[in-house]
Amino acid sequence: MDNSTLHSIALVIVMAVVSFLLRAFPFMLFSGRKETPKFVLYLGKVLPYAIIGMLVVYCVKDISFDSVSHFLPYIIAGAVVVLLHIWKRNTLLSIIAGTLSYMALVQFVF
Amino acid sequence: MKYKNDVKKAFSATIPVLMGYLALGFGFGVLLSTEGFSALWAFFMSVTMFGGSMQYAAVDFLADAISLLEAAVMTLIINARHLFYGISLVDKYKGAGLKKIYMIHALTDETYSLVSSDHIAKGVENKQLFYFLISLFDHCYWILGCTLGAVFGTNVDFNSEGIDFVLTALFLTIFVEQWLSSKDHASAIIGVACAVSCTALFHENMLIPSMVLILIVLCVLKKVRREKYDG
Repeated sequence: MDNSTLHSIALVIVMAVVSFLLRAFPFMLFSGRKETPKFVLYLGKVLPYAIIGMLVVYCVKDISFDSVSHFLPYIIAGAVVVLLHIWKRNTLLSIIAGTLSYMALVQFVF
Repeated sequence: MKYKNDVKKAFSATIPVLMGYLALGFGFGVLLSTEGFSALWAFFMSVTMFGGSMQYAAVDFLADAISLLEAAVMTLIINARHLFYGISLVDKYKGAGLKKIYMIHALTDETYSLVSSDHIAKGVENKQLFYFLISLFDHCYWILGCTLGAVFGTNVDFNSEGIDFVLTALFLTIFVEQWLSSKDHASAIIGVACAVSCTALFHENMLIPSMVLILIVLCVLKKVRREKYDG
């Protein structure tokens, strides 16, 4: 194996190890104790709501309102997801219908 | 099989991730192969690193042969949000034994959005097995997507434009479901508001400041509310 291959392997190992340590850190910090601290329990309950909200914003943050063909598919497909979900409460249906309508819009309409 | 129903539920919960990961993983595989790395690399990277934005960035890092220290620092920056995901799973994953180590390794944004949502685990018998399977299924889809992308590269002519919307739709659906099934919307509103304001300030790098701001606001909220209820 030449040096550049070895370096690439080392890079992958470093990135994998750091990724794992980041994911493991909160568990290492709090799991050792018999009882999970109260504020961790509190955060465990409320954080998911906030994080999902954040991830939604993260996904739509790059929408450009400069061109109609760019943001309209997002708005329409997003509305399909939200309305369909309020109506049917069927996760899979909402996601697949929303995605198919988005794909149809960007491929055929705009 | 004892938990057949749980396995089925775990699979159907991950179908949207299946679609998203195959498409995004494929994109990664194609990108990696254009830099001259074989499918074996795509396979091992998706097994060991398992992270969308991280692996896309890693293609450049490998191509530029950056130093190990730089790689470590960049990984810290790109994946720092994972520091926060674990906090809300400490109690949920308690007592999962050896499975837990794997579940921690396989904790991506999408897996997190599934395992942290209580409505998804409704009616499940063995929750820890359920969370484990969700992690495993998601990981398999990702490995499959990445490897196939590197194998077939640009030879596949399937117009998948727009399929990445599936992950946006996944988060959006979970958001709506959580909104409908809970009375207290404070946390959801805080999450959106913090993310929007941090996007305005930090643009691409909004994730870490958003998480820090969310944590601060949630802690303040708890204090304020307790004083209100106690007083």
